Amino acid sequence: MEIFDVAVVGSGPAGMAAATTLARHGAHVVLLDEQPAPGGQIYRGIETLSKRDPALLALLGPDYARGLDLIHDLRASEADYRPGSAVWQVTPEKQVWYSRAGVSQGVAAKIVLLATGALERPVPLSGWTLPGVMTAGALQILLKSAGVKATEPPVLIGAGPLLLLLAKQYIDAGIRPAAVLDTARVSKFSALRHLPRALGATGRKYLAKGLSLMTALRRSGVPIYRGVRDVVIEGEERVEAVRFVSAQGPQRLAARLVALHEGIVPSQQIARSLRCDFIWDKSQHSFRPVVDSWGGSSMPGVLIAGDGARIGGAVAAEHGGRIAAFEALQQLGKIGEGERDEAAFAERRAQQGHLAIRPLLDALYPPPPAILNPHDDVIICRCEEVRAGELRAVIALGCQGPNQAKSFLRCGMGPCQGRLCGPTVTEIFAEAQGRSEDDVGYYRIRPPLKPLTVREFAEIDIDG
Amino acid sequence: MFERLTAQGKSVSVSFTFEGEAVEAREGDTLAAALLAAGVTSFRETPVSGAARAPYCMMGVCFDCLVEIDGVPNRQACMLLVAEGMAVRIQRGARGLG
Repeated sequence: MEIFDVAVVGSGPAGMAAATTLARHGAHVVLLDEQPAPGGQIYRGIETLSKRDPALLALLGPDYARGLDLIHDLRASEADYRPGSAVWQVTPEKQVWYSRAGVSQGVAAKIVLLATGALERPVPLSGWTLPGVMTAGALQILLKSAGVKATEPPVLIGAGPLLLLLAKQYIDAGIRPAAVLDTARVSKFSALRHLPRALGATGRKYLAKGLSLMTALRRSGVPIYRGVRDVVIEGEERVEAVRFVSAQGPQRLAARLVALHEGIVPSQQIARSLRCDFIWDKSQHSFRPVVDSWGGSSMPGVLIAGDGARIGGAVAAEHGGRIAAFEALQQLGKIGEGERDEAAFAERRAQQGHLAIRPLLDALYPPPPAILNPHDDVIICRCEEVRAGELRAVIALGCQGPNQAKSFLRCGMGPCQGRLCGPTVTEIFAEAQGRSEDDVGYYRIRPPLKPLTVREFAEIDIDG
Repeated sequence: MFERLTAQGKSVSVSFTFEGEAVEAREGDTLAAALLAAGVTSFRETPVSGAARAPYCMMGVCFDCLVEIDGVPNRQACMLLVAEGMAVRIQRGARGLG
């Protein structure tokens, strides 16, 4: 088995910055990533796009173009970058097993650095499984990775910065969204107590960007419905219409394409499978791994950086990746504690600037109650088509928690392995049983973390 | 429902089939993006109710883009790049063993 000092999983901003830093300081590092090209979701497709379509690169904006520098540094480094590598198991002994082009292999590492980022919070609404319903991130990925846009104006439903950004990018690309259904329900006034903290030099840039997005959206004339609730997506074979109640009363809009977004949450799979400790984050309304100020998890030798540790955005993730890399270098004996602390100091200062906006964003865009505790007839587990009411019925029968719900209902046992129902299942248990989310806990995640054929498993060259 | 943003002259074209029909894509497209751009609206039928599904997340999380490629089922269309001559079919129900 190949042996590395550090195995980094995920080549978004945190993973790229970490791998580059590690390699520059002489560590033998492998960077494993599922995607065909570096950048993660935030900088998805940027290398190809910069060569092929400068106009689209300009349209996607300077924050997107920032990814090119990170990728350039990674490519110039000695880090062993392996794209198309889907990690399906990380063992406590720090063997990392992954599938690449239909062949599985393992590497051994002294330290594993998880930089697996975030995913969009599941938005279980009536009709959310219909073809034509996608996440806002999915529409953005189509733009970034293939220069593909909708031919029909999408109805955007939800809240948060990504939804606004997508609206602006679509308007610039010549497709005005049919409508924006704003589900935010917090009085802007109560969120204002977080404003002073956001007013630092970096925070102001985020505020200015947010305001300019909102202004662009208002000026575009796209209808914006506020205080939206009771959303039902209608259709037989695919989306046909969206029904909802807004501040102006009940509405119904014809729609062929719907984009949902209610913020992002840390990806939990690998750290959960390693039995790392997790904690419920009340302000971000999600589980996150327990990490120290260096990204160290509860498992020795397992570091977690970027949005997978706590949602902070792309630039904060980049700094977090470097901070964790300095810790790894110190653990490996490549640098001393003094050098580590000194190197991390500038990264921490910069990271603080980028994190200052978060409390305001978290307060402005909490997930709406309707998606945390969906109506009985709403599908919560997309793979096994389990409805919220079925889960509540087995809870009433005495089902104790998320793991028992798997045996009762097959909930969370389809190909996505609970990625899209896990958060909702925890919420429904917490509400029904009057327990905290920490007390309810989450699915026990087991390898293989990605579907693997028995043949591929059997063909593993153990001695290789 | 979807289309290319620009003509993009520098890209190389790739041909494959979906349910036996020829599809033109661009080198570097994920299979899911290529199928959406070609107007495909159903990628799979669920094992439980047979309902049609299409990509939801485009980033490897939701598994609603599962298709059969060259006879191999359960392939995530959003995670794979198109390749010349691929024969892609809708995945109907659960994959078989084998």
